[in-house]
Amino acid sequence: MIVMEDVHKAFGPNRVLQGMNLEIATGTSMVIIGGSGTGKSVALKCILGLIQPDAGRILVDGKDARQGDRDAFLARFGMLFQGAALFDSLPVWQNVAFRLLRGSLKRPKAEAYEIAVEKLRRVGLKPDVAERLPAELSGGMQKRVGLARAIAADPEIIFFDEPTTGLDPIMAGVINELIREIVEEMGATAMTITHDMSSVRAIADNVAMLHDGEIQWTGPVAQMDASGDPYLDQFINGRSDGPIEAVR
Amino acid sequence: MSDSAGARMNPVTLLAALGRWTLGIIAGAGRVAIFAFGAVTHIIRPPIYIREVWLAFLHIGWLSLPVVALTAIFTGGALALQIYAGGARFNAEAVVPQIVAIGMVRELGPVLVGLMIAARVTSSIAAEIATMKVTEQIDALVTLSTHPMKYLIAPRVLAGLVTVPFLVGVGDIVGIAGGYTVAVYSLDFNAANYLQNTVNFLERLDIISSLVKGCAFGFIATLMGCYYGMNSGRGAQGVGRATKSSVEAAAVLILAANFLLTGVFFSV
Repeated sequence: MIVMEDVHKAFGPNRVLQGMNLEIATGTSMVIIGGSGTGKSVALKCILGLIQPDAGRILVDGKDARQGDRDAFLARFGMLFQGAALFDSLPVWQNVAFRLLRGSLKRPKAEAYEIAVEKLRRVGLKPDVAERLPAELSGGMQKRVGLARAIAADPEIIFFDEPTTGLDPIMAGVINELIREIVEEMGATAMTITHDMSSVRAIADNVAMLHDGEIQWTGPVAQMDASGDPYLDQFINGRSDGPIEAVR
Repeated sequence: MSDSAGARMNPVTLLAALGRWTLGIIAGAGRVAIFAFGAVTHIIRPPIYIREVWLAFLHIGWLSLPVVALTAIFTGGALALQIYAGGARFNAEAVVPQIVAIGMVRELGPVLVGLMIAARVTSSIAAEIATMKVTEQIDALVTLSTHPMKYLIAPRVLAGLVTVPFLVGVGDIVGIAGGYTVAVYSLDFNAANYLQNTVNFLERLDIISSLVKGCAFGFIATLMGCYYGMNSGRGAQGVGRATKSSVEAAAVLILAANFLLTGVFFSV
């Protein structure tokens, strides 16, 4: 279980997280929604330790995320970045098997290659993609490679940062289905941040809405449409009128 | 005079601005020093990413050879012409081999190679790392349990430390060869005498100082590229600013270090 307790984070005068509280049960898929600049990515990076929160606690399975063996902690996570964040200088298979080629999870090169090809196949890419460079792939293919990298070491927890941004609706649907299938298949805990409501409905068990640095509403995805929360209602229906100020 | 203009002219305001500027410089120097310490400790602590080190040696050392050689050969040739023309004013044309040798080995070789490395390598490192930062590749490295200092910075700084002295040595030799070519084929110097004078005149300290300067300049050039790349701002503007600042800082620090090292080696 991932727990965020009263987490605060500011960048200069900009107070991004202002007491965020959230619980994500083990084996469930939580999707965090909210407007641009509301701190969704910051929350995710705080859990991973890429950003240090100013105050509050983050617990993963009851242990403080900032204490203990950092490598062992990170080895439990996989992450799909918004722009895939593939390493330009490495061929696709070395991107996917990056963690398996060095560090505590190091495997023989041939075995790492086999795993990379298998993970590429799992996300719908053919083995011939393995030797290509990321720059030779389309945006959708790069996202799939990023997804393959996120699952390469069979992590317990997977984070997805805007997984469908920049993709056409069909490719977005494919990525959403892949995420749902993979998370269920692996039994992993998933946390996704997105603006895309079709992603929310495809991926989520639970939804949390972040607004003004706090969780405005959280609950099962099935209850989202009848929540009665004016903020959530405005957001999921994409209305410009409502309590959330729409800057024109 | 308006109130705002009065405030600008106030000595206390000026002093405060000077104080802020000074503190900013000191804080910046402190950040660079901490970064440099981190880079050095990651060079000597395992694990060492052999592939990254090899690639850094290739890009910083081997692929810089053509530009270093071309810079040195033209500079050596021009130096021979200048010394010959200048020396002719007081009948000292014969000193061309000695002055070319000492000029290339003590000063022009290390400084020109350092500045060419700043232009070619520092900018490339800063742009590459800054782009990696902007596109979240640095964050991706961390989530993949790989320390960016060890994977990105240590190999490049190590390559700068090791390969730039080698490049300086090549630059010295090619520069002297440039001077030799001009002197022998254009100024009618005797080839054997030219070489003999060059070898006799150079001292061991000249060569040692040249190589030590190469080490220092290689460290500065790669460190500045890495530092500004890792601390770049967002977007294309952030990458551009990091690249520009890295080259400026590397060039100024190389020239300052050259002055200090020259003082250390040759002050009477």
